[in-house]
Amino acid sequence: MKDTRTVGEILSSQGISRRGFLKFCAATASMMAMPPSMVPAVAQALSNARRPSVIWLSFQECTGCTESLTRSHSPTLEGLLFDSISLDYHHTLQVAAGSAAEEAREHAMQENDGSYLVVVDGSIPLGNPGYSTIAGISNVDMLKETAAGAAAIVAVGTCAAFGGIPHANPNPTGAVAVSDIIKDKPIINVSGCPPIPIVITGVLAHYLTFGKVPELDDLGRPTAFFGQTIHDRCYRRPFYDKGLFAETFDDEGAQQGWCLYKLGCKGPVTYNACAVSKWNSGTSFPIQSGHGCFGCSEPDFWDSGGFYRPLSATTADVGTLAGVAALAGAAAGAAIGRMNRSHRARAQARHEKLTIDDIEES
Amino acid sequence: MTETEFLNWVRGPGMQIALAVFIVGMVYRVLENYLIGRKQSLAEPRGSEWTHGVGTMWRRSFTRAKLTTRGYVTLVAGYIFHIAFLVTLFFLAQHVEMFRSLLGFGWPALPPLLITITAVLGIAALLALLAHRLTDPVKRMLSDYQDYLTWFLTFFPLITGFLLINRVGIPYKTLLATHILSFELLLIAIPFTKLSHIITTFISRWYNGAIAGVKGVQS
Repeated sequence: MKDTRTVGEILSSQGISRRGFLKFCAATASMMAMPPSMVPAVAQALSNARRPSVIWLSFQECTGCTESLTRSHSPTLEGLLFDSISLDYHHTLQVAAGSAAEEAREHAMQENDGSYLVVVDGSIPLGNPGYSTIAGISNVDMLKETAAGAAAIVAVGTCAAFGGIPHANPNPTGAVAVSDIIKDKPIINVSGCPPIPIVITGVLAHYLTFGKVPELDDLGRPTAFFGQTIHDRCYRRPFYDKGLFAETFDDEGAQQGWCLYKLGCKGPVTYNACAVSKWNSGTSFPIQSGHGCFGCSEPDFWDSGGFYRPLSATTADVGTLAGVAALAGAAAGAAIGRMNRSHRARAQARHEKLTIDDIEES
Repeated sequence: MTETEFLNWVRGPGMQIALAVFIVGMVYRVLENYLIGRKQSLAEPRGSEWTHGVGTMWRRSFTRAKLTTRGYVTLVAGYIFHIAFLVTLFFLAQHVEMFRSLLGFGWPALPPLLITITAVLGIAALLALLAHRLTDPVKRMLSDYQDYLTWFLTFFPLITGFLLINRVGIPYKTLLATHILSFELLLIAIPFTKLSHIITTFISRWYNGAIAGVKGVQS
């Protein structure tokens, strides 16, 4: 049944205080780099917002994105806000199964035509529609059908945003991102493997507050969360600047918390909010736990030359190439050298010496 | 091509192409020169060509007092550039990692602050040399397109590397990919321009020293 209560009403019915709600608004505004003066506006817009219908489509995915969202802060305000969105269709979370589940999706689409949000996790296989189906409907057909009446699409996770791991070489299923198929709807890419929960809720909060998609970077990601690299905000950055690097995962440098660049950290080329918001209620993030950044929120992160290879290192095998190149150079040099010698020998053979008689004749 | 594809390309296939061209080109150049050959000398040697050859390779790395009376800018900026460039190339930690991935071994790096200083010195020296080339009438007349091309190809990695370390506005990924590409362009150009002096200089020095050594005269 369509719930017409506002988010504010639902929160107070769930025992969330005004103070707690404002704290959430302040955190959200801060994450989105808005000035403190915007907090009341966010609070008012959020508390008056109607629950938007959300249809969550899971395609070629591992459910990690949903795991991230549901487990990270439970039971916190973020989670409750998520409850306050009318999540009308979600394989993992919904109770209904089989045709009842599909009916829920179709019902939500009809009732909220033009105003519902579609959240997608997982990539879409184009190689063979049979690689991934739901109720006999191929992923690509379901995406097109559901996106048609959507107000906007949120591509959650690197698979939905950029193709992710299914898209990795050799991409056996022909996996593509949402943006490769849907061209006529606003798409917000919330990349990450998985994405940070507060980034997902932050994007939804922004949409509820302003009624439009946030400012996006050239890869369709909200700049509020993906505007800076991990490296820019990394607490180990001073060690990078001083040239102090861990050489192995258990050496003196690693124990001192030095920079993980030499161990393959992709922080300098990865845009995400991990170093700021952290994970598990702000407990830590990969670099803080002693492992370099994978670069999971970037396109093709799986095919970028190995997780443990430094960014400045070449990713290709050059040993054989160098040997072959040296032989080829030697062969070319020897051939030209031989030609030069025979040319010189011919020139010498043709050379006629000038005699005194020649001079007198002339 | 996206930024990521660009970076992946320069780190992989781009580097392979550049290295292949560099190695083929340099081996070819050296061998072609070597095979020109010399007529066998029938005179009795008056000294060792090896000791004189190797000694000259080393000694000509240093200037002599007489040479400082002219070409002062070329001399000073030339020395500063070469030392600064080599230190920057071989002793920045990130560069050592690149060499380790190519050669299979590495060596200790110098502190980034020192490398920043050498990079700035290298850039300043190259700018001074360009200004001198453009303003000195004789040098300008003697310069052709190759002098400006090789100047640019040497300047490009230095300036992109400096921006990369000091984070001047441009996204790191694009800058890193451009920096690696600039190094690859330099590698490709070396065998076919006067930049091949990175090896041929030492061959010439050895040759000059060796023929003097055989004749028993000072090189």
